[in-house]
Amino acid sequence: MNFTQTLFEALESIASNKLRSGLTVLGIVIGVAAVIAMLAVGNGAQDSITGSISGIGTNLLFVFRGGADDSIRNVKPLTLQDAEALADPFAAPSVAAVSPVLQTNAEVSYGGEVTTTTITGALPSYFPVRNLNVTEGELLTEEHILGRASVALIGTETADALFGRHEGLTGETVRIAGQPFRILGVLESKGGGSFGSQDDVVIIPLTSAQTRLVRRSNADQVDVIFVQAVSAEAVPQATQEISDILRQRHRTEIGADDFTVFSQQDFLSTAASITGVLTIFLGGIAAISLLVGGIGIMNIMLVSVTERTREIGLRKALGARRRDILVQFLTESSLLSLIGGLIGIGLGWLIAYVVGQVAAATGTVFNPRVGVDAILLATIFSAAVGLFFGIYPANRAAGLEPVEALRYE
Amino acid sequence: MTADNVIEVRDLVKTYKMGEVEVQALRGVSFVIQRGEVVSIMGPSGSGKSTIMNMLGCLDRPTSGEYYLDGVEVAKMADDQLASVRNRKVGFVFQSFNLLSRQTATFNVELPLRYAGAMEGRRAKAEDALRAVGLENRMTHRPTELSGGQQQRVAIARAIVNNPAIIMADEPTGNLDSRVGREIMSLLLNLNKDRGTTLIIVTHDPSIADQTQRVIRLRDGLLEAA
Repeated sequence: MNFTQTLFEALESIASNKLRSGLTVLGIVIGVAAVIAMLAVGNGAQDSITGSISGIGTNLLFVFRGGADDSIRNVKPLTLQDAEALADPFAAPSVAAVSPVLQTNAEVSYGGEVTTTTITGALPSYFPVRNLNVTEGELLTEEHILGRASVALIGTETADALFGRHEGLTGETVRIAGQPFRILGVLESKGGGSFGSQDDVVIIPLTSAQTRLVRRSNADQVDVIFVQAVSAEAVPQATQEISDILRQRHRTEIGADDFTVFSQQDFLSTAASITGVLTIFLGGIAAISLLVGGIGIMNIMLVSVTERTREIGLRKALGARRRDILVQFLTESSLLSLIGGLIGIGLGWLIAYVVGQVAAATGTVFNPRVGVDAILLATIFSAAVGLFFGIYPANRAAGLEPVEALRYE
Repeated sequence: MTADNVIEVRDLVKTYKMGEVEVQALRGVSFVIQRGEVVSIMGPSGSGKSTIMNMLGCLDRPTSGEYYLDGVEVAKMADDQLASVRNRKVGFVFQSFNLLSRQTATFNVELPLRYAGAMEGRRAKAEDALRAVGLENRMTHRPTELSGGQQQRVAIARAIVNNPAIIMADEPTGNLDSRVGREIMSLLLNLNKDRGTTLIIVTHDPSIADQTQRVIRLRDGLLEAA
């Protein structure tokens, strides 16, 4: 039999029992829609995390205290002097800017409103390194640092939490851990990141943080040193230079660093592996529902074979060979599941779109992305599911004895 | 055997296994049917009537014995070869018509041509066959839109469309009232007369058997002496 005719006959057979075909196909529709939507959400999450990491600042490196594992003893803290040493243009030519910070969580209050947020003690160099700006007021200056001024820059989200707005706040006074700070300006919004908001921050002068908020055993101790490399290509070179300088200053043994240099690339690859696992996990769950849909197809095809035993017998009496019957039923099951797959792709796309809209409505920048690879995968996979789960029923149909089949009531 | 023998069976035995018990449906049957003959096969139920019809129609293989259909030994053919023999040499007419109810009359008649692998001229051949059974005005009707007699005509058209050597009719008038039954019988007899197609009718109705040239009677799996 000619392939187009076989296809046409299979279509007719599917159309002849629309309700049953529809319900059978539903399993595949849901499975494929789940796969498409989950992969789209996973891709979107990856894009958004990558985007927010890129937004942290260009060519950025982070220097933390402590080694890669817990086995390093006598960890020396990072200090302001370490930061100054890293800024030496002769020892570290790949380093463009250095900015040490102190960080702590503290309660910030205004009137009756209280919120807990990250307080960053920073120097003026922090703003270009982190790519920060103000929408109103001004940034920290050297005078604020020298004067240990009680001034603060506030992120839009913190401002919203305390004031219910993020405009016209310059000059207001908030209390940080009970001490009054005058608002110097409001930071430009950086948008929602996947690591929590980058807008839920308060920045005060490093010197003020040292004396008033963060009590450390060593007065010059800092928590993180932000380093900007001269270019993205210079990041590995800068990492090397920073490590050399700090090893010398901390007198550590080779391979026993008591500090960690982390670059944006490291963050990116970590995030990519996390979202990769997430995507596989989501896709796996979706694949299970596709499997269940496939079993549904097998079930219905078995029923259909039993119902049409006489028809199969007749076809055999008229000269249908084993292969003709096999092809007929396999075409039907593959077609069923392919139709389900196509509808599922549409539905999955719709779900991904709705998720994107909901995310946008709640202010999260998150775009689920339906990839061509996912569509191809779903199409091929759904047809394969139909083919695979159709093999057993089709084989049963093809193996029927014509005499028995004709006599079947 | 001579070229005029379209069917020649020798010592045909068929044994069925029903669980532990072996049932001998045919115990050694031999006969010859000549080309163009009209033969009826009669016998009470359990006589091996349907078994011999399944053998002659190549739907089943004998346990032992020889069967030449149109000069070819078919008793030991494989399934797909048998399918091909059925397709080219045998036309079936069943008691319950056995048409595909979702398809048109033309499609039903075309079906054997499809399995024969014919690509061109199928439609024309099917329409010729339908004209031969007097259904030129019902070609696009579905079986549900046809009367019993018309459905059986479609089935007959389907049986003759490949120009088979024999037509096997199993109680062809069993589901029809006597008037329509007579029409169908005369149609079958006319086809035999016009085309020379060998006609084998399995029946228990003596009035049908009377219209055939020869009656083969079976009893307990053996030929009854005429």
